[in-house]
Amino acid sequence: MGFEVLLKGNNMIRLLGGLAVALKISLISVCISLIMGTVFGSLMNDRHPLIKKILRAYLEIVRIMPQLVLLFIAYFGTTKALGVNISAEAASIIVFSFWGSAEMADLVRGALSGIPPAQYESSLALGLTYHQTLVYIIIPQIIRRMLPLSINLITRMIKTTSLIMMIGIVEVLKVGQQIIEANRKNYPNAAFGIYFTVFVLYFAVCWPISMLSRYLERKWEA
Amino acid sequence: MNINGISKKYGDLVVLDNLSLKVKSGEVVVIVGPSGCGKSTLLRCINALEIIDDGEVALDGKAINPHDKKLSKVREKIGMVFQSYELFPHKTILQNLVLAPVRVKKMNRKEAEKEALHLLERVGLLSKKDNYPRQLSGGQKQRVAIVRALMMNPEILLMDEITAALDPEMVREVLEVVLDLAKEGRTMIIVTHELQFAKAAADRMVFIDGGRIIEEGEPKEFFENPKTERLKKFLHSFTYE
Amino acid sequence: MNVDVLISYFPRYAEAFLLTLRIGWLGILLSAAIGIVSAFTMYFKLPVLSRIAGAYVEIFRNTPLLVQLFFVYFGMPKLGFAISAETCGIVGIGLLGGSYMSEALRSSLNAVPASQAESAEALGMTHFQAFWLVIFPEALVLSVPAVVANVIFLLKETSVFSAISLMDLMFTAKDLIGLYYDTTEALFMLVVFYIIMLVPVSAAGSVLERKARHKMFGE
Repeated sequence: MGFEVLLKGNNMIRLLGGLAVALKISLISVCISLIMGTVFGSLMNDRHPLIKKILRAYLEIVRIMPQLVLLFIAYFGTTKALGVNISAEAASIIVFSFWGSAEMADLVRGALSGIPPAQYESSLALGLTYHQTLVYIIIPQIIRRMLPLSINLITRMIKTTSLIMMIGIVEVLKVGQQIIEANRKNYPNAAFGIYFTVFVLYFAVCWPISMLSRYLERKWEA
Repeated sequence: MNINGISKKYGDLVVLDNLSLKVKSGEVVVIVGPSGCGKSTLLRCINALEIIDDGEVALDGKAINPHDKKLSKVREKIGMVFQSYELFPHKTILQNLVLAPVRVKKMNRKEAEKEALHLLERVGLLSKKDNYPRQLSGGQKQRVAIVRALMMNPEILLMDEITAALDPEMVREVLEVVLDLAKEGRTMIIVTHELQFAKAAADRMVFIDGGRIIEEGEPKEFFENPKTERLKKFLHSFTYE
Repeated sequence: MNVDVLISYFPRYAEAFLLTLRIGWLGILLSAAIGIVSAFTMYFKLPVLSRIAGAYVEIFRNTPLLVQLFFVYFGMPKLGFAISAETCGIVGIGLLGGSYMSEALRSSLNAVPASQAESAEALGMTHFQAFWLVIFPEALVLSVPAVVANVIFLLKETSVFSAISLMDLMFTAKDLIGLYYDTTEALFMLVVFYIIMLVPVSAAGSVLERKARHKMFGE
């Protein structure tokens, strides 16, 4: 069925190396997204109409533009338009962070507006200062609402990074393709074994994270 | 507690109109009035959750300034219980109770917990100390909320329609706690629709309509011999004939 | 930007646009069918079948579409199951989308209060009637926001079709860039056509969500 090819040479190691490339890019992008998204999300409740409008437009762009289109624009477009040559890795981190920050911003905005104002009031009425109210009452509640969703964002980020092969980054799918090409003669059925393995690898990475997210969601369900 | 000619407007809508009210130490004042008359706003103004447009609220002869950096120091002395309980959902009952004493009053955690357990026992909820708010009934939550306010040992307690969100059979368990506090000599301002309870708990009744005090007096006089037409009409609306 | 180039590109993009739309929407229809069946088996806790549906949802929600397509399009023929790129695209969107639609519908079904079924049965409805006349319609309305989000997500996902040599918008853009190096124009047209494809869906989705909210909560 084409699984034998994985045992040949260091093929399996190469495949895992490809996965590591994808995971590294997702991890960096997630970190940037968490930070930028929190900033943007807090700003979305800002009174300033211009800031609000800009952020809305940003979110709408991300909502309707496929990540692959953004990836193409960042990778091929900027070279042409700005004359700067950015690497495929840099382009993908920029695009995934751009996308992830928007998703995160929406989550933060939702979590912030989901806290009833009376929670602030009852805390203030107890004599806690505004600062203490944020630290002990509001932020812990926001984190409980946000954490499961943010963890979900990580799996979505990992799944999305499979696109980077389309701009020539050698990640797990590309490595798989190369192995299949190289063994076309001796292992004609390699495509099944390799792509099945890639499929399983992605599942093995994403599923536990999804489970963790669901577990936390249930645990903190208020 | 001295409320002196306070006014509050939302845009053009006058909610409180030059309202004055004195509350002596140990006195239980029960405020009644039609919905939208400004009684809840009054409580919120006392605690500076709303900023008053005019007038002054003073506690122990000192005016409460909503812009004061030390506002939380004043609020320590004013306990407030909300209609919707507002327990903190991410903390257990015991944690809800000791949070403010430990963080605000810098009370020793052990001592605070001891006090909390003592009060919980008094309201019959000792067994719930490690539960989360979502595991409690409305009446239980409200009793915890009252205890949470008591934990700060406030000079005055404000209660804003604390039984309005409860099922009838739970109203009683909450009101009994409040009656108990009244007997103990706590100073309280209570906003409620429970006239029977008001009669039992109040030292003084106050009727507010249109942001002003229309009538006030001893409970007996207030209910049996209302002087103003508006109060007569209001009391009448509670009887079915 | 050169307008003549844009105009000369137009026919190729229009053709790719129609192909993307056709595959995308057929896939979405398929995903709705799969989603409904899968959600029902889980809601009614059908023995064995609900397990299978649960596993299906987990597997497809936790793997990328691109990998799913590669497996079906390049891997499966080795076992003798060869399908055309177009069918593969439809099936791919259908299976991926089915897992998302299933989750949306299942959680909506669970969100309908049990008292609704009880009151329907108190009116003399059978179990079956209570489900079809009360529970299911309510769940459908509740699921509108999630379904709208899924449709937009799936239409965006069609952009990976080029990887299995379907001549969709992405493929066309890449092809034209390779042929003529008019990168700016090619990317511009790409963005324009995705806007044409998704802005109406996004707008219609907002209207639908408002209507659904009105129906449920009267706001």
